[in-house]
Amino acid sequence: MANFETVEVSTDLLILGGGFSACGAATEAAYWAKKNGLKVVMVDKAAIDRSGAVAMGLSAINQYVGVKDGENTVEDYVRYVRQDLMGISREDLVYNIARHVDSTVHMFEKWGLNIWTDEEGKYVHEGRWQLMINGESYKILIAEAAKNAIADAGGEIIERIFIVDPLMDGNKCVGAVGFSTREDKFYVFKAKAVFAGMGGAVHVFRPRSVGEGFGRSWYPPFNSASTAYFTIQAGAEMTCQEVRFIPVRFKDAYGPVGAWFLLFKSRAISSEGGDYMVVRVDELQNWAPYGLAKPIPANLRNYLGMLDVEAGLGPLYMETDEAIQKLADAYKDDPKAFKKKMKELESEAWEDFLDMTISQAILWASLNVKPEEKHSEIAACEPYFIGSHSGASGAWVSGPEDLDTPYKWGYENMTTVDALFTAGDGSGASSHKFSSGSHTEGRIAGKAAIKYILEKGQEPSVDMAKVEELKKKILAPIDLFETHKGEFTDPEVNTHYVMPRQFLHRLQKIMDEYAGGVTSAFKTSKSLLERGLELMALLSEDSDKQAARDLHELMRVWENTQRMWQAEAHIRSILFREETRWPGYYFRSDTPKMDDENWLCFTNCRWDPGTGEWDMTKKDVWNIPGV
Amino acid sequence: MPSYVIREKCDGCKGQDRTACMYICPNDLMVLDVDGSAGYGEMKAYNRDPQMCWECMCCVKLCPQQAMDVRGYSDFVPMGASATPLRGTEDIMWTVKFRDGSIKRFKFTTRTTPEGSADPLAGFPTHDDINSNALATEPASAGLDAVPTPK
Repeated sequence: MANFETVEVSTDLLILGGGFSACGAATEAAYWAKKNGLKVVMVDKAAIDRSGAVAMGLSAINQYVGVKDGENTVEDYVRYVRQDLMGISREDLVYNIARHVDSTVHMFEKWGLNIWTDEEGKYVHEGRWQLMINGESYKILIAEAAKNAIADAGGEIIERIFIVDPLMDGNKCVGAVGFSTREDKFYVFKAKAVFAGMGGAVHVFRPRSVGEGFGRSWYPPFNSASTAYFTIQAGAEMTCQEVRFIPVRFKDAYGPVGAWFLLFKSRAISSEGGDYMVVRVDELQNWAPYGLAKPIPANLRNYLGMLDVEAGLGPLYMETDEAIQKLADAYKDDPKAFKKKMKELESEAWEDFLDMTISQAILWASLNVKPEEKHSEIAACEPYFIGSHSGASGAWVSGPEDLDTPYKWGYENMTTVDALFTAGDGSGASSHKFSSGSHTEGRIAGKAAIKYILEKGQEPSVDMAKVEELKKKILAPIDLFETHKGEFTDPEVNTHYVMPRQFLHRLQKIMDEYAGGVTSAFKTSKSLLERGLELMALLSEDSDKQAARDLHELMRVWENTQRMWQAEAHIRSILFREETRWPGYYFRSDTPKMDDENWLCFTNCRWDPGTGEWDMTKKDVWNIPGV
Repeated sequence: MPSYVIREKCDGCKGQDRTACMYICPNDLMVLDVDGSAGYGEMKAYNRDPQMCWECMCCVKLCPQQAMDVRGYSDFVPMGASATPLRGTEDIMWTVKFRDGSIKRFKFTTRTTPEGSADPLAGFPTHDDINSNALATEPASAGLDAVPTPK
């Protein structure tokens, strides 16, 4: 076996990940830990300043309820999420996040985030729930608060550790194992409670660009289903694994459209000039009641555009020129004010890209795009797994204690595995958390985890023989490469192993062609999914034939395996749900209609670590009374 | 190749225990060729896997030598354009160069407080009751008298 030193770290609370939910967990948990003399250790595979989905920055906060000023109620937010997810949401979780999220946003502002305000000092809204920000350093600020909180509580942050597997004691999570991506060290973390906040998943499906632009996904390519894999391996029940997310964005560079749709009131049209939201309005009848209420769910908006593309009416365009012209019309009698307004709008439009999708700014500059003169192409991205946005995949977690619901087993945001907590992209059926809500949910979970430790925490009982077994398994790709690399002249073409990039392509090809990816126009069926599962079984067998020549590739190997598990949970869940409920996310051609009678329910799944079998179940949707 | 290193300007963050780009890359892409054995030049950094670059420019913004930039993905971006940041302690200046040679310049705020100063509790009053439904700084940080509950 590769000669890696084993490093043991013991703590009370272990926080895995460094993005928004993990930073929220750290900030809140550190406060309660300090009060109670507990230790918090945070582990990130990158540098916390620029890790996770907000590494590049963001140009808006997408969840702010505005309770204190009476802008909206928490119940309004619950209704909004119910509607957008076609009736399927954990309203207790959505409620819980929404009632705490304003407090998070106010803290962000104090930390130094510039939230735009108007002449009266009120936040500038992009939409009903969205606030405009100067967000280039958004992640740095959130990380800074988390770092300061952990330092103040005497905790520890360890960067560049890639976490692979959970450590279990029966149905209790007692830690995690992983390795350093900088030195030959294997890490064993022992803890009384574990928070898994390692993000969602990209590159499960084949991206549209497969050459140099392979990494240009909308959500970051370094989010590799680490949380889903970790919770599945622990034996946690998962939910909404079929509810992937497909954003429609500016084509190819995937620049944000929110400012154009919400702030500039722009329309999207087909090549023939028709606004598909108007032309195809009758189609929405088929998706009642959700298709008939406002706002029209994201997946249905996607779907109407997809129908245009299918009918040969592409490309689709964002009418930027028309939108700017309309805004400018208001100033037609005052050329000076018009010039000033145009300058302002131009700056806002470019900041939207430069704060969060720099590639889009480069693409527009390379195409000589002047948005005030000419419209720009938009398209549906490849599918992603991101429970924090308009997708819903994640673990099934316990709900808030003070709500009377069927979803409680003790501690908020604890999975069905004892001592294992998650939030953000890690927890399912609580969509529309975005950055602020994910941080908020992390705070909720961080506090609950400390409460769990105070009430039930025990010294972790770790089976060291199992640890050795995991170490051997996790480092095996290095041994495999070393043993066989010399047999052929090209180390990448070898009969004994597969290199991680090729394995990733194999996974993506299966998902794209059988599970409704871009080249399948997001359509699939029972037969396709069953064939996909056959190929996935062979892929799974070959997953331990992946080889790594260094620590970086070892990380790639395990990222691939994590994605593979997310993929399987996804295929099984789409197969189980015999209807089409989110047609703009995926379309089951053999069950093309929504079936509320049988499927207005959650689709949950669990992989049994004891038997290796998957169990699929339906769970009832509970609505908050009177909402 | 998404992020790239200008050979003449890169000094491998001389004298430091790690290079800025290696430290910050969220996808673990940047590597320092310490002795030149990888073929990139002694003490020169390089992107080991441009296909996995997100073009987030975290490396470009942090490079103390301004030795890094991004060239748009060559499988779909026409050549000749660039977006170059100059990031300070409270704002960022962008120079966007178009394919046709025209230039736009933008300046945006990055933060309103001194670097490092974020107080985790944000100056709000806190409480001691871990069993309450209020997070550490609530209800004050929410601007409310109590955490909302369903009516």
